[in-house]
Amino acid sequence: MARDFAWIRPEPHGIHVVPADCWIDPSQAVGCALVTHGHADHARGGHGQTVATPETLAIMKLRYATCAGARPVAYHETISLPGGVDATYIPAGHVLGSAQILLEHAGERVVVTGDYKRMPDPTCPPFEVTPCDIFITEATFGLPVFCHPPIAAEIGKLLDRLAAHPDRCVLVGAYALGKAQRVIAELRAAGHRAPVYLHGAMEKMCRLYADFGIDLGELRLVGEADKDAMRGHVVVCPPSALNDRWSRRLPDPITAMASGWMRVRQRARQRNVELPLVISDHADWGELTRTVEEVDPHETWITHGREEALLRWHQLHQRRARALALVGYEDEDD
Amino acid sequence: MEAFAALLDALVYTRSRNEKLRLIAGYLRDAPDPDRGWALAALTGGLDFPAVKSSTIRNLLKERIDPVLWTLSRDFVGDTAETASLLWPAGEAPEDPPTVSEAVAALAAMTRKSAPAALATLLDRLDGSGRYALLKMATGGMRIGVSSRLAKVAFAQAFDVSVEEVEEHWHGLEPPYGPLFAWAAHGAAPPDTANLPTFRPFMLAHPLEDTVVDLADYVAEWKWDGIRVQLVRIGGETRLYSRGGDDISATFPELLDALPFDAVLDGELLVRGTTQGGEAGGAASFNALQQRLGRKTVSRKMLAEAPAFVRLYDALIVEGEDLREMPWQARRARLEALVPRLPADRFDLSQVVEADDFDALARIREGARDDAIEGLMLKRRDSPYVAGRRTGLWYKWKRDPLLIDCVLMYAQRGSGRRSSFFSDYTFGCWDGDPDAGADLLPVGKAYSGFTDEELKRLDRHVRTHTINRFGPVRETDKSLVFEVAFDSVHESRRHKSGLAMRFPRIHRIRWDKPVHEADRIETLRALVRD
Repeated sequence: MARDFAWIRPEPHGIHVVPADCWIDPSQAVGCALVTHGHADHARGGHGQTVATPETLAIMKLRYATCAGARPVAYHETISLPGGVDATYIPAGHVLGSAQILLEHAGERVVVTGDYKRMPDPTCPPFEVTPCDIFITEATFGLPVFCHPPIAAEIGKLLDRLAAHPDRCVLVGAYALGKAQRVIAELRAAGHRAPVYLHGAMEKMCRLYADFGIDLGELRLVGEADKDAMRGHVVVCPPSALNDRWSRRLPDPITAMASGWMRVRQRARQRNVELPLVISDHADWGELTRTVEEVDPHETWITHGREEALLRWHQLHQRRARALALVGYEDEDD
Repeated sequence: MEAFAALLDALVYTRSRNEKLRLIAGYLRDAPDPDRGWALAALTGGLDFPAVKSSTIRNLLKERIDPVLWTLSRDFVGDTAETASLLWPAGEAPEDPPTVSEAVAALAAMTRKSAPAALATLLDRLDGSGRYALLKMATGGMRIGVSSRLAKVAFAQAFDVSVEEVEEHWHGLEPPYGPLFAWAAHGAAPPDTANLPTFRPFMLAHPLEDTVVDLADYVAEWKWDGIRVQLVRIGGETRLYSRGGDDISATFPELLDALPFDAVLDGELLVRGTTQGGEAGGAASFNALQQRLGRKTVSRKMLAEAPAFVRLYDALIVEGEDLREMPWQARRARLEALVPRLPADRFDLSQVVEADDFDALARIREGARDDAIEGLMLKRRDSPYVAGRRTGLWYKWKRDPLLIDCVLMYAQRGSGRRSSFFSDYTFGCWDGDPDAGADLLPVGKAYSGFTDEELKRLDRHVRTHTINRFGPVRETDKSLVFEVAFDSVHESRRHKSGLAMRFPRIHRIRWDKPVHEADRIETLRALVRD
C-alpha cells in the first residue's frame, strides 16, 4: 500500500507523466503530448511532439492543418519514453483511432482511458479490458439514470419516422467526429441504401473515415442538392447547426439528435429536438461500473463528467477512487 | 395508459402549437370514456391525489437505490417523476398495464400508509414512458408545454365546439367531466352551470409595449396592486375566486355576506390602508395583502387589522342578467349604478383615469410608482367581456421596472426546460463599503430574463467559479454582476438583508462590471414604499 504513484500527476490542464515529461490529452500546448483520440477537447494543436494512433494523427492533421512532431503508434505497440516509461496504445471503442494508454513504470501500471464505450461500433475496434493498478476513467454519463439502449432500436426509430413522412427529411444532429459516421454506418447496417446528405462541415471527416476503410455508402452535400431531392432522406449535421438558419434550406426537417443526453426528456426539449435518439459514444452507467469491476484496479481516478456519483459507487463497493479536477473537457454535444 | 403515455411523450418533443392541438385532439377523440376525461384533467391540473406526494416517490426510490445516487440523479434530471421513471428497476415489456381509469382509481384509493406498496405495484406493470405518465399524473405539474387553456382549445377542436362554451361549462364540473363529453362528443344537452356559483373565466389583457392607442376609443383605469378576484353570488350562495379560478372564499370570510344581491363582479382584492394611490386610494401595499393570502383560517385580529375589500372593475352578471355581450361602456354604467347599493366598507369603484391625450396619460403613468400602483389598464370602450386574452381589446401598461446592480452569490439547477443547468440565482448587495470590508447580503432570487445562449454561459460561470457546495446549492466566488429589474421592494424577514423584491428578473448580465461597483443595501432600502 506504500505505493504513491508519484510518477503520474493529475494537473489542472492534463495528466503529467513526470519521468518522461509527457502530458496526456493536455488542454494547452506542451513539449510532448500523448493523445488518446481526436476530439477537440482532448487533441489540441501546437505541441512539440504528438504521440497518437495513425488515425488520430490524421484527424488532427485534418483539423489543425499541421501536426508537428507526429509520432504514430499502432494499437498494441509499445513505445519507450524517457525516464523508463513504456506506453502502449489499446483500443478504447470511442471513435476511429481512439485509444486507452497503458503506462508502465517501475513495475506499476496505469491505464488512461480517454473517452470510451463498451457497445459495438462498426467504425472502430472494441474496448479491451486491461488490468492495471490505477485506472483513470471518464464519467461523462456517470449517473444511474443513463442507460443507452441498443443502437439498432434507435436507428429503427429514425427509419420509422422517415418512412412515415416521405415529404419531409430527418435532420440528425450528430458530433462531426465519430457520432456522425457511426450513425451513417449503422443506417447502412440496417439496410438503408439511399444517399445520406451531409452538412458541409462533415464532408472531410467522412472522407477520412472512408480512406481508413469505413464504408459509409453514398454521401451527398446539402449545399449541392436540390431541396426536393432531400425529401424522404436522412440529413446529418453538427448539433450546432440544428436550429441554425442553415436548416432552412431543408424540406420541412424533423429535428433529431443523436446523443446520450437524449435519455432525459427535458434535455431533448432544451435542444428543441423532436426525435431524440439515445446514441452515445461514451460508456453509460452500467458500462462504467462493469468496466471498473472487470479491470479491478487498485484505485480509480475519475477525470471528467458526473464524478460525484461514480465516486459514491466506489464507496458503496469498497473500492478506492478519487476525482481529478481537470479543466477544459467538454461533453455537451455527445 | 399506453396511449396517454405516448401522447405525453409526443407533446414533450413537439414545439408547434398546432401540432400539440392536433395530438391532444386526436387522443381525446379516440380514447374511451372515462379515460379521456381523466387524461384531460391531468393535462389541465385538475387531479389531486393527497396520498401521493413527491416525497412518496422519493422514499420509494430510496428503498431501491442508494439515497446519494438518487439525489445526484434527481438533481441532474431536474424532475422527480422523470428520475424515478428512469431509475425504476423493471423488466423489459411488462404485461397487463393499467388503463388510465384504473390508475386513477388506484391512486385515489391510496392512503399515506398504503401508497408506497400500491404505487410500486402500478409501476411494476408499466414501461418507462408509462411510469413517467403515471408519476406525472400522480403528482401534477406536467411541464410539457401544455397550458390548461391549450388543452381546452384542443377539446373544442376535437369535437368542433366553441372554446368559449367549453370554458363556460368547465368550472361547474369535476373530472372526468362526464357531462362535458356527453355534450361535445355524444350530442347531449349542454351541462347546466347557469344556476351554480361557479367561476366565469376572466377577461385578460395583453401588454401594451409599443402600441399607441387613441383615448377616444380606449378608457384608462389604474392597475391596482392586489389580486384580481371574481366575487360570485348565485342563488344566495357566495364564492370568491382568484385569477386561476381557485376558490379562496375561506381566506376572506368578510366578503361572503357583503354582496346583498345575486351578481358576478370582477375587481381587485385589496386591504385597507393608505399606501396605494395616495388620496384617491385607501388601500395598503401588496405586502399587506400578502400577509392574508394562503390562510385556511383567519383570526379576528387579522380581520380587524387588515380588512379586505374589492375595488370593482366590471360586472358580468347582475341579478340573473348576463351583461357580457354588452360594450364596456354599458357595463360600466350598470356597475356605477350598483355601487350605492353595496356596503362602502367592502366595495368601491376603480376610478377611470382622465387624460387629454396619450402623452398626458404617459405622464400620469410615470407617477404610478410614487402611488405604489402597478400601472394602467387600457380598455376598448366598446369591448364585450370575453374570456381570455383577445387582441386589441384590453391592454396592461405597467410602470417601468426598477433596476439595481447585484452580485451573484449562489446558484442552483433549474427545473423543466432548464433542468441540469444552473439557472436559479441568488444575488446580494453590499451592506456597506465593499472596499472597507463590507459583506454581501442576499436580497433576492431570479430564474428568468436571460436567453438560452446566456444561460449556457452563466452555467459555465457557475461551474467554474464554485467555491462551496451545500447539497444542490453552489456558492460562487462572487465575481459577476447582474443588473436586476424588479417591480417593487418590501420589508421582509425572508432574507438576512430584511428586504424582498417583487418579480425580480435578470435585466442584463454585466460581465464587464467590477463587483465592488454593485449597489449597496441602503440604495435598495430607499426604494421601499410600504
